[in-house]
Amino acid sequence: MRLLQKLFITLFFLLPQLGFAADAIDGAVEKQALNLPAVIMFLLFVAATLMITYWAAKRTRSTSDYYAAGGGITGLQNGLAIAGDYMSAASFLGISGLVYLSGYDGLIYSIGFLIGWPLILFLIAERLRNLGRYTFADVASYRLQQLPIRTLSAFGALAVVALYLIAQMVGAGKLIQLLFGLPYEFAVVVVGVLMVLYVTFGGMIATTWVQIIKAVLLLSGATFIAIMVLKHVGFDINVLFEQAIAVHDKGSQIMAPGGLVTDPISAISLGVALIFGTAGLPHILMRFFTVADAKQARRSVFFATGFIGYFYILTFIIGFGAIVLLTNNPDFFNSEGLLIGGDNMAAIHLSQAVGGDMFLGFISAVAFATILAVVSGLTLAGASAISHDLYASVIKKGQVTGKDEIRVSRIATLVLGLVAIVLGILFEQQNVAFMVGLAFAIAASANFPILFLSMYWQKLTTRGALIGGFAGLTTAIVLVILGPIVWVDILGNAEAIFPYKYPALFSVITAFVLIWLFSVTDRSEQGKQERALFEHQFIRSQTGIGAHGANNDH
Amino acid sequence: MSADSYNKVKRNPNFHMLVARRSRWAWGLATIILLMYFAFILLIAFAPQWLAQPVVAGSVITIGIPIGVLVILVAFVLTGVYVHKANTDFDQMTQQIISEIEQ
Repeated sequence: MRLLQKLFITLFFLLPQLGFAADAIDGAVEKQALNLPAVIMFLLFVAATLMITYWAAKRTRSTSDYYAAGGGITGLQNGLAIAGDYMSAASFLGISGLVYLSGYDGLIYSIGFLIGWPLILFLIAERLRNLGRYTFADVASYRLQQLPIRTLSAFGALAVVALYLIAQMVGAGKLIQLLFGLPYEFAVVVVGVLMVLYVTFGGMIATTWVQIIKAVLLLSGATFIAIMVLKHVGFDINVLFEQAIAVHDKGSQIMAPGGLVTDPISAISLGVALIFGTAGLPHILMRFFTVADAKQARRSVFFATGFIGYFYILTFIIGFGAIVLLTNNPDFFNSEGLLIGGDNMAAIHLSQAVGGDMFLGFISAVAFATILAVVSGLTLAGASAISHDLYASVIKKGQVTGKDEIRVSRIATLVLGLVAIVLGILFEQQNVAFMVGLAFAIAASANFPILFLSMYWQKLTTRGALIGGFAGLTTAIVLVILGPIVWVDILGNAEAIFPYKYPALFSVITAFVLIWLFSVTDRSEQGKQERALFEHQFIRSQTGIGAHGANNDH
Repeated sequence: MSADSYNKVKRNPNFHMLVARRSRWAWGLATIILLMYFAFILLIAFAPQWLAQPVVAGSVITIGIPIGVLVILVAFVLTGVYVHKANTDFDQMTQQIISEIEQ
């Protein structure tokens, strides 16, 4: 038992907890002096992306252009955009910060982040592309009842988007306060206004290109830092490690796995949330519809995995570089001997150490751009759930013109932007770290089981999907509210009713078991028809026959 | 695409071969990824000392570092393997199946 327990602890704790913890920059931050080079470079980025938005707006004519960039994104471009969605400011700053703090453990986290992508390629990407058109609900409701399944999927998507957006907005406000020396509210409003501009005018074309530009900037910036670090040690990796061991508090322990452990159930639950949650995030799934066919969908994941893997290797070098170049340099530490702005600022300080103030400005601007790109993708996914799933399919039953649908989507974007700004300001002093965790838990418990089983399990029926998916959604939300973070830390009760921080293990099992139970016991005529449709769906998912191609609704 | 076309595909033995072959590769590669990740985590759980020993005597680089980097590389390479296999083999079979519908 002990061995098993130890295995579980290690297996799941090591999965990327960072994704949750670091997506929001926690705690109060001190406003820094105005960083002029950073502001100028950020303005350049904004100018360039607004020009792209103008260009994209002229090319956005049909619903296919608006939601899926007309299916005209290539595998390489989409791979960069997916990598951009994944390489958030949090993973750049968070993972390099973790390597700075404890060395090898950071590499283990990176691997946990990466390992889901090959699985998405082998099991999900092609089928998703062959069956869907604009949103993952297209796939989930392919052979099931449109009205209930789309409604549930849309609410699943909106819940994920809303929670994620709030966490990103609060994180953005704090990061920008720290990097640019601008007021919190100002930062939140700037992010909100820009994302609404990109999405309403430029749709998926603009969103994709903003994401691509940001990915290229981030990869180039990180490459430059890593090269400068290697140059500092004469391109001898041995010297880098030797010097790091010599100055780090933990000495040679930074070269081997450390001992970060929490209780096994929380650890397992977190792992479940991450693996299944990634494959249930609406803004990630939506990216697979921007390419022409299953072949390009495959190439997207291939390139994305390559870029993400490369990026994580860079963050490892950057983290070690920060140990060598920042430690013992009083410029980067406050009077208490802590890194200014916290350990997550290691990469930012390092950029100044290796490239001076101009490069610091560049990296700060890239961090801001990163947040902008991620919130734009989220907003588009949320607006699509409202316009494509709820308005066009549920309310209008498909009897709607493309023009009308896009108009609703634009209104939805505006509303989402306003809500995000207001909530971002309201939640400034709140602990928002749990929100990204909850978003992943909902994606894993409501979106993923229905999507996966609809593609792989013939016996799935609307009744099973609806009851199981709804149960997964509510279980995830209720358990988070009753858990230690909300019940104790936020509501101030003495003891949590549900003892674990992460509900996914329980909510995902609940969803799968109930979907199974209420599907196999479904003897209705409708259920029978839905099972009969599986064969047709299966043939299309395997061959792409009948799949929506590039711009075929013109 | 008409119901007739689907029936043709369904009756085509090549389609069943494609499905079987693709699923063998997809689940096979998925298993390799999971086993590799699992083995890596097992090592961290039960043999951290083993990972902490130097790659060669006197070096500061531990065995854990090349192994960690290798896991990242293998994940990437296997996506490449699948994409290559699908681009050549599976796509060709799919084209064949589609062309047989039109006959």
